[in-house]
Amino acid sequence: MNGNAPTGEPLFGLREMELNFGPQHPATHGVMRLKLKVDGERIVDCYPIIGYLHRGTEKLFELHPFFQNVPHTDRLDYVAAATNNLAYVGAVEKLVGLVVPPRARYIRVILAELQRISSHLVWLATHAIDIGAMTPFFYCFRERELILDLFEQYCGARLTLNSMRPGGQPYDLPQGWVERCGEFIAEFPAKVDEYEDLLTENRIWKRRTVGIGVLPPETAIAYGVTGPMLRGSGVDWDLRKALPYEAYGEVEFDVPVFHNCDTYDRYLVRIEEMRQSARIIRQCLDRLPDGPIMAKRPRVLKAAAATEAYHAVEGPKGELGFYIVGDGSTNPYRCHVRPTSFMNLQALPEMSRGALISDLVALIGTVDIVLGEIDR
Amino acid sequence: MSEAPKPPAELAPWEREPAAPQWQEAADDPVALALGEALGEALVSARTFAGDLTLEVRREAFRSACAALKERHDFTLLVDLCGVDFPKREERFEVVVHLYSFSANRRVRVKTAVGEGGEVPSLVPVYPAANWPERETWDMFGIRFADHPDLTRILLWEGFNGHPLRKDFPVEGIDTGAAIYPEYYEARQGPIAGTGTGWKVKNPPAAAPESGPEEKK
Repeated sequence: MNGNAPTGEPLFGLREMELNFGPQHPATHGVMRLKLKVDGERIVDCYPIIGYLHRGTEKLFELHPFFQNVPHTDRLDYVAAATNNLAYVGAVEKLVGLVVPPRARYIRVILAELQRISSHLVWLATHAIDIGAMTPFFYCFRERELILDLFEQYCGARLTLNSMRPGGQPYDLPQGWVERCGEFIAEFPAKVDEYEDLLTENRIWKRRTVGIGVLPPETAIAYGVTGPMLRGSGVDWDLRKALPYEAYGEVEFDVPVFHNCDTYDRYLVRIEEMRQSARIIRQCLDRLPDGPIMAKRPRVLKAAAATEAYHAVEGPKGELGFYIVGDGSTNPYRCHVRPTSFMNLQALPEMSRGALISDLVALIGTVDIVLGEIDR
Repeated sequence: MSEAPKPPAELAPWEREPAAPQWQEAADDPVALALGEALGEALVSARTFAGDLTLEVRREAFRSACAALKERHDFTLLVDLCGVDFPKREERFEVVVHLYSFSANRRVRVKTAVGEGGEVPSLVPVYPAANWPERETWDMFGIRFADHPDLTRILLWEGFNGHPLRKDFPVEGIDTGAAIYPEYYEARQGPIAGTGTGWKVKNPPAAAPESGPEEKK
């Protein structure tokens, strides 16, 4: 048998080939499969296939009372549990009309911003290692470890925090926590400079990211892209500024926006966001009000019949929202997650057309996906 | 807190019993007014809850309503699209879409009702972002979207038997093995989600109703 061309077609006449990227490819950050149509090394089309990590979280939400659903949210975007908690409890509070005391609002902002830094550190570490830069991985995980220590001192957990409740915070800040957090925040901007020394003007890094995966602002909006990806496409929009929640209306920070719409600019946005998060935490620690950390609330929350609320927060990856329908019982009748990475990933085929297969690794990194949230 | 209890007026909002928001008519909202003129009868209701405008439209007008919101009121970002199941209603499903306008800095919720086997006009021609959320809604509820370019399952596998977010879908799972591998499993003898790793289940839920919770009471 002719080993080269078993089908009898001439081998070199083929132009397009189908290629499976994943599901176990290390650069897919989990279990995701991309069906690629390639012409040589150029990507003609890309079709993401997801769902390998589907756990039926939205069905589980319906089975548990409002309070018991908080741990489920930890497991959506598992590198940003505090942000998921924040979005969920915000939606429940909006649904039943709970008002959160100021001290709890500030604690929430501190936790959410620490979580944003830690999520961006994971992103930077894995994005850099995907592209071939090994060192930033160790630098980023060095700082992330300190943040996880702070989380552990606050709520006992490092990853799945379960750190918020509808109506306020379960625990007050432990003794010495404010000082320890302050020390970390004081040192952190210098660490960001270290990452930038490694990457920002690095010739290889720029060759791999500048002009790769261009996503014009109109396309980004059409595909529902939010967060750092949208700001890297030149749209000045951040939910923390547009529709301030918790204590974000009372702190000063800048929203970084870059206009080249490529992978490099999305990198710059996230780097700057880490500095701004440190700035927000500093202000919150300085102004941390005294007082209660939990609102007056019934022991078992009940939503009124035929009510519904959508509440979204600016997560590390973009708009993370919860849509909850109440039916007069103690459980949500329906709780839908607006998954950030799910919507952002929709733009991947658009970004990858015409790119090289090796660029695809950079593109998956730049979307900053977490499959736990995409597949739910 | 040794002081005498304060009168309610002096209490901070978080010290009072939570006051649930109420639905309010919002027919005079500028967006609702303009949409009412454009759609006429097809706009069923316009109300607000907790500050969010909720527009209910007839199914046929679902796409044109969203297109009008996009073109005339600058609701350019499709935030989210999902389904809700109300089995007791005449048209049991609701499709809910959240839109956002950057210029007006507000969200609007548009809902439409659809019965079993009915079709909702797809929003993909207006908002490309609706593609995956509509596939997910089809996957989870079995709601069809007319003119969707690729209405296939997205989170579950092709061939999965049922739509799990329907209220009548059992939480413990259903026998999907027999549906996919009829040559290996007899009906109701395939693996069932949530029952461990066993290949065969002694009392498949659908085949043995006497083991159900109702009988135990």
